[in-house]
Amino acid sequence: MSAAVEITGLVKRFGAVTAVDGLDLKMPRAGLLALLGPNGAGKTTTVEICEGFLRPDAGTVRVLGLDPARDGAALRPRIGVMPQGGGAYPGVRAEEMLRLVAACAATPLDPAWLLDVLGLASARRTPFKRLSGGQQQRLSLACALVGRPELVFLDEPTAGMDPQARRLVWDLLAALRADGVSVLLTTHLMEEAETLADEVVIVDGGRVIAQGSPSALTAEHAEDAQLRFKARPGLNTDLLGAALPEGYLVRESSPGAYRVAGLVNPQVVSTVTAWCAQQGVLAEELHVGKRDLEEVFLELTGRELRT
Amino acid sequence: MTATGTRFEPGTFTPAPGAGSHPRMLLTHARIETSLTLRHGEQILLTLLIPLALLVGLSLLDFLPTGELGSLSRVDWVTPRILALAVMSSAFTGQAIALGFDRRYGVLKRLSATALPRWLLVAGRLVAALVVVLLQVVALGIVAALLGWSPSAEGIGAAVVLLVLGTLAFGALGVLLGGALRAEAVLALANIVWFVLLLAGGILMAPSSLPGVLGELVALLPSGALAEGLRTALVDGTFAWDAVATLAVWAAAAGALATRTTKLT
Repeated sequence: MSAAVEITGLVKRFGAVTAVDGLDLKMPRAGLLALLGPNGAGKTTTVEICEGFLRPDAGTVRVLGLDPARDGAALRPRIGVMPQGGGAYPGVRAEEMLRLVAACAATPLDPAWLLDVLGLASARRTPFKRLSGGQQQRLSLACALVGRPELVFLDEPTAGMDPQARRLVWDLLAALRADGVSVLLTTHLMEEAETLADEVVIVDGGRVIAQGSPSALTAEHAEDAQLRFKARPGLNTDLLGAALPEGYLVRESSPGAYRVAGLVNPQVVSTVTAWCAQQGVLAEELHVGKRDLEEVFLELTGRELRT
Repeated sequence: MTATGTRFEPGTFTPAPGAGSHPRMLLTHARIETSLTLRHGEQILLTLLIPLALLVGLSLLDFLPTGELGSLSRVDWVTPRILALAVMSSAFTGQAIALGFDRRYGVLKRLSATALPRWLLVAGRLVAALVVVLLQVVALGIVAALLGWSPSAEGIGAAVVLLVLGTLAFGALGVLLGGALRAEAVLALANIVWFVLLLAGGILMAPSSLPGVLGELVALLPSGALAEGLRTALVDGTFAWDAVATLAVWAAAAGALATRTTKLT
């Protein structure tokens, strides 16, 4: 059976801007792949090429073995799409919109059930433009799922949702995966990727810069276990470094958040807490462990805000 | 791990892909497009209330130049022109504005990501436009009849052909405009064009009443062709081939251009 998505050497330019620059990606069936990357990394462009909305300038894209630019009519009945933002008539009622999308499918899920599951039962007669941002997102997700697709593309599915709705969607995505649906999602939430994804692909500058399972990505530099703690901002990290043995690096990663990189042993923990005590500082949230996905991501894509 | 997975029965989402039946898609799409138009206050004002007000006002009040009327009653003179206005209002102006905002809200992209074929996306809007024109003609016809309208019975068939062709021509022009520009620009331009064609495009004034070559040019506009064609049909009871040909050319040209230029977002 062909892969859910297979991309080789994908290039897409918009005028002088190269949005996707030689991207390769292979996603097996019945898995959940999370595409991570800073804004402008090329995530949405890649997804829209897979959906057949944009044509690549170079490279090959196969979705369920089909070329989305050429075989769109054969591909569309098999996939579900949740675009970023919008996706309904401004005046249409939530249930009408879902029923219209359901009418396009051969054996759709029951729209009333799906609205109920997604917490939209009370909003089913509300015009789209009067739904809250989170409700619009949930309706859009319902439209992506109602046709019982083999493969769904979800572009930032939980953006703008409150924590309850986000957890509901995570449950739903886990159920999709368990039922054999292939899911490709883009997200900015590291927790989302870490919790759900079989495979995380980090994209920057239109290329894949890292990929692997969440545990493999965070374990890649396992020897760099580290100690983190919080205290008042502006501690002299050079002084703390001097108190530690040679080879340890101390830095204030964000105001009031400190990281000690190097092999962490009981002696090091004791030295750090003793030093803090000398300074009259209470070290809070003292934590020893491997890096989380967010740290891997920031390390790979840089900490600076892009402008 | 926060996802529990217990909220959904296993097998709930087991894939069962496939396209729905085309008649069902067309019916659902056309029904939604129609009810969105009928639910929209500004659309009702444009497509029904303004034509009704003009029909009643021009039939009852002595605005019209008597030279144009000849031996006709005012309502017999006014009604074919108001029907042309109604078609232009809904198929062109209303359609263009709705499409402009539908694009802004991403509905075309949403629908073109489903199994709905592209031709059906257009066909659904067309069927809805024809249904709305039918409702307009029935409402305006009833009011005109109450005002004493007596159309030529032999011309009814020709009028129906002209109304359908006029809807197609104006509908294609509406899609051309609504599919090309930003929603606000569509809104402004569609209203300006409506107003200009109403006054100077052969709807309120017969092309023949305009000076020199201007009259001949206006007769070639879709508004002039539709209004004159309907007048010929409903007053004289004859089939205006030139009007039919003009509308067919507009429909084909605008339709061909629109399929190239219409943007999804």
